[in-house]
Amino acid sequence: MDRDVVETVSLRWLRRLVIAVFLVITVFPFYYMLVLSVRPIERLLLDPGALVVGFGELTVATYAEVLKATDDGGQGFLTFIRNSGLVAVAATVLTLLVAIPGAYAVARLRFFGRRQVDFLFLAVYLFPSIVIAIPLFVVFTRAGLRGSLFGLVLVYISQTLPVSVYMLKNYFETIPVSLEESAAIDGAGRLGIIRRVSLPLAMPSIMAVALYDFMIAWNEFLFALLFLVDKPNRWTVSLGLSLLADGVEVPKTVLMAGSVVLTLPIVILFFASERLLTEGLTSGAEKG
Amino acid sequence: MTTTAPGPGRSPTRERPAPPRRRPLTLRRRESRAGLALVAPTLLVTIAVIGIPIVWTVVLAFQRVRLATLRKTGLFGEFTMDNIDRVLHTPGFAETLWVTLIYSIGGTVGSIVLGLVAALVVRRPFRGRTLVRASMLLPYVAPVVAVTFVWQVMLDPQLGIVNAWGQRLLGWDAPVPFLTQESTALATVIVFEAWRYFPFAFLFLLARLQAVPGELEEAARVDGATPTQRFRHILLPQLLPVIALLGVLRFIMTFNKFDDVYLLTGGAAGTEVVSVRVYEFLTARTDIGAAAAQAVVLAVVLIVFVLIYLRFFGRRVS
Repeated sequence: MDRDVVETVSLRWLRRLVIAVFLVITVFPFYYMLVLSVRPIERLLLDPGALVVGFGELTVATYAEVLKATDDGGQGFLTFIRNSGLVAVAATVLTLLVAIPGAYAVARLRFFGRRQVDFLFLAVYLFPSIVIAIPLFVVFTRAGLRGSLFGLVLVYISQTLPVSVYMLKNYFETIPVSLEESAAIDGAGRLGIIRRVSLPLAMPSIMAVALYDFMIAWNEFLFALLFLVDKPNRWTVSLGLSLLADGVEVPKTVLMAGSVVLTLPIVILFFASERLLTEGLTSGAEKG
Repeated sequence: MTTTAPGPGRSPTRERPAPPRRRPLTLRRRESRAGLALVAPTLLVTIAVIGIPIVWTVVLAFQRVRLATLRKTGLFGEFTMDNIDRVLHTPGFAETLWVTLIYSIGGTVGSIVLGLVAALVVRRPFRGRTLVRASMLLPYVAPVVAVTFVWQVMLDPQLGIVNAWGQRLLGWDAPVPFLTQESTALATVIVFEAWRYFPFAFLFLLARLQAVPGELEEAARVDGATPTQRFRHILLPQLLPVIALLGVLRFIMTFNKFDDVYLLTGGAAGTEVVSVRVYEFLTARTDIGAAAAQAVVLAVVLIVFVLIYLRFFGRRVS
């Protein structure tokens, strides 16, 4: 047998094997999270290696404990979900409002300082967020904004804005200039062109960026920890869950139920929009 | 329309003789104005929420500021080198930097290698490919708090599945406390990092792979190149620029990373990275000046590394 055949055949099998391994390592932790969240803690201690839940031992008491308000002896995650949702939606909307015109200008319009502005957006994207955290911590402490969800929204904009500008800019650059020029010849002004031509064409990309921003804000942990830790009724889901782990006598199964509550909205959003996201994330990446 | 870019200050002076109101703007100048008007809000917000804080951190790094005295200190109080001095001489500084470096390089290399393998295996269509591709992105999009908890529970010595199976199937003598003992904690955190961020590399590499023209590989096949040779001589050279770019991006992001280490180990067992240390200064010791100084040191070290990297791989990255 020649080398080509050997390689082709063995690689074909290797490829299947590797795909299977990847599926296991990416999906298994989430499956495990789900399984643990519906098992009673006593059963888990008896048999930590089990991978399926027997019908008899299935329980949703963990979810009840996580979601119930603190007054009813639960952990109050419903409030956290509301907080996280509010903050994430507000941050996403505000980010897009600010990012779209800027990204368009950098992609399309020749103005003084364009290259410098372009570089600035990339540089701040790569800057450590802990560096930004310190002065914000100082300012918010002084202004009494610590513990306010509005303050957190402002901070989240600093996290989502640079990447949004970057992604949108790459997309605007792929829209053919000729489309905009023909609109200009038909008498449309600059704002008319943006509203009637560029924005509708960029809609899929804008949706992808919006989803991405929402995920960043929903998943964020450091700033929520720095700014909200003293105000339990303002906690986001991420923060509430991480602090739940510090509490004594909270069973791991309840923690896993909390993790499912935190993860589920993101996974649903993601699978509903997977095409949009993967293409949006790498638009412009082909240029290398 | 002229093709050369007008100098910033020159074109207005040249047109000054004409009364400014009457003369219609050239298309070019209208474009420039529109550009500035549109970019202004984005720029202002960026400077307000990111630019000013960065500059301010540098200022704070040279001031004596503690949380207790915060209300009394002005923005431009006395300047001092104390913080920098203290940061550089507090025990554990060098070790933290070293740990951060190992963590960043390990996480970067791990995530790129995994991402490359993943991109190569799902490159050609097969049944269920969309689902597989989507699943591979799960670690990246899932909330960090949730995934770190699952890892903690999976690796738990008492009720974790890894130790349960390790003892039952692999014959381990005793459960391994992966995240709490010095010998395994850092390696575990690096593996976590590679697991969580390989989808990022995967996406970029897959996009690039799909842009490689089919004729190239076809021609190599006709010439008798085997699959591994085609990878080595056709695909890899095409991918190298993306790999170089990913190297710098992932290195920067891992170097700055706070959440993952903080949530997995809290910085214990020899895993204290710089950003976790900054956080400790900021909250546990409420020493804002020292935290800022530590953050500035972090940023400077990072910039140095990136510059070195760009010196070697710069042509590829751009």
